[in-house]
Amino acid sequence: MVKNLTTIAILSGLILVMVGVTNLLGVRLFDRIAINLCIALVLVLGLQVFMGNSGILSFAHIGFMGIGAYTTAVLTIPIRMKGMSLPDLYPIVAGIELSPYVAILLGGLVAAAVAAAVSYPLMRLSDAAAVITSFALLVVLHTVMTHWSEVTNGPRTLFGLPRATDLNLAAGAAILAVVAAVAFKESRTGLLLRSSRDDEVAAGAMGAHIPRLRWQAFILSALFAGIGGALWGHFITSFSPKAFFLKETFVILGMLVIGGANTVTGAVFGAIIVTVTFESLRALEAGINQAKIFSEQVVGLTEIVLALAMIAVLVLRPGGLFATHEIGALIRRRVRKKKDG
Amino acid sequence: MSFFLQFMIDVLSLGGAYALMALGLVIVYGILRLVNFAYGELIMVAGYTMYLTSGSGLPWLVMAAVAVLMAMLAGIATDYVAFRPVRAKSVTAVLITSFAFSTLLQNAALLFISPRPRNVPLPEIFSETVQFAGVITPARNLITIATAVVMLALFSWLMRRTVLGIAMRAAATNFTMARMLGVPANLVISSAFAISGLLAGVVSMLWIGRIGAVVPGIGLEPLLIAFIATVIGGMRSLQGAVLGGFLLAFMDTTLNFTLPQDLLKFRDAFTFSLVILILLWRPQGLIKGPASGQRT
Repeated sequence: MVKNLTTIAILSGLILVMVGVTNLLGVRLFDRIAINLCIALVLVLGLQVFMGNSGILSFAHIGFMGIGAYTTAVLTIPIRMKGMSLPDLYPIVAGIELSPYVAILLGGLVAAAVAAAVSYPLMRLSDAAAVITSFALLVVLHTVMTHWSEVTNGPRTLFGLPRATDLNLAAGAAILAVVAAVAFKESRTGLLLRSSRDDEVAAGAMGAHIPRLRWQAFILSALFAGIGGALWGHFITSFSPKAFFLKETFVILGMLVIGGANTVTGAVFGAIIVTVTFESLRALEAGINQAKIFSEQVVGLTEIVLALAMIAVLVLRPGGLFATHEIGALIRRRVRKKKDG
Repeated sequence: MSFFLQFMIDVLSLGGAYALMALGLVIVYGILRLVNFAYGELIMVAGYTMYLTSGSGLPWLVMAAVAVLMAMLAGIATDYVAFRPVRAKSVTAVLITSFAFSTLLQNAALLFISPRPRNVPLPEIFSETVQFAGVITPARNLITIATAVVMLALFSWLMRRTVLGIAMRAAATNFTMARMLGVPANLVISSAFAISGLLAGVVSMLWIGRIGAVVPGIGLEPLLIAFIATVIGGMRSLQGAVLGGFLLAFMDTTLNFTLPQDLLKFRDAFTFSLVILILLWRPQGLIKGPASGQRT
């Protein structure tokens, strides 16, 4: 119990320190990076809740992020803007304009509800079959988002969301996500699910209802993804369905894998490391492009580095940086050793 | 009658290409039981090789052969980079490394060539049309059917009659036992990747013959098609992959003819929902492969 509290304290402390430093510096660029990082934390922790505890790779996560973003968009775009940004919206929802804070929550809930409705049968599958169906689910969600013009403005950019996500809100959500992820991992459901990850047959023989356990984790994970997507929507204020497809899936997956999928600590550190590397590489890319060193624009450098890092981590440390133990447990063990020695 | 013939040519030419795509994916899956997410990029590699050699003035067939060879080399590289180092560790690890390798190749194409489409040289015959028995059809459809027949015959001869093919089938049935009887594991796996690259290279010629240009994201659609076809037909069965490819082509062509215009844009969503349903009904696919032994 104490070690879990230590983990939560250290990880949220890290987020708070980052917020404090950013506020002190007051540079707008850092502000943007910090908010991006907090939103990435919510998304990665959501993926960790399902992937880390069940051991099943899910590609559909970013699809649920999209559901959250579009839900909050439909509910919060000011009524007089709706005629322009969503001309074909159904009349029932066209007259609604909620506070962004309520809508962000609703975005998470809608994503969770969709996940609950479609995913139960998929949870019976393991290994490659599970991965391919989750990939199929991502493609289905993406196709629907790209073509359901009434609600999403089709493949075009949807604009007009009020800007509501500031650093404090994003950091608050990230800290809540840390607490929820640790709590779920240590809960009865989380423990049973982790046992099914380590040995599916034995856990099933002991009476664990594996599909239902996975289903619960999947719904919670979609809730995180929906809230993360809604926060992102109110931060970026205009987006298109392209924002919720393979490229973003790759980044979020990279964060989790590099940090270590099995631990909450891994998810947090992975998100921080990847975001910082990403932003510096992107700055480098922009610098090269501005200096016009090459005749054509330099694109894709960031992804190449991330891909190499992912392969290197998986070859050298298959479990990621924090493979089995949370940071709280690691620190307490060291403290105890010192006392004994 | 002519409508029926037209429909059959459409289904067979689309199905032939789909079947080859699915075979390339399933030959690796059958042995390793691991999905190769970088499969689509093999098609991209072949396409860009065509683009890069287009200025050389070589005859088209030589360029195509070079492109197919490059796809085979890229296939073997996939094995060395993404599969061999992590093969024994966990299923998830390999899925992620192959996904990472796919992103790596795609972004390398973005960075070193261009994000914009690049034209690929095609022989005249690809853009001609043929008329017979009251049907007008592009000649490339007939070429696709012929290529598919030749490739499938060659492939089944390889798998049934050669030592390599028998070793690969043995490895797909029971990997541990095959190794104990002296089948070299790494060689079999690398050959599977090379054959996968060969199929991808041939598919690439047919696929690019439809579009005429290559972009970094060109591999996504063939990858998705191969996924659906193998899942429908059976992930562990080579015959299943071919069957799945033709069934999928039949479904796509029928939907193209019957779905109203405003639902047609959701076609991918329909087919992928179908995949999910089939996996629930028969997690093994329509044709069940050999009983599975332990992996690696």
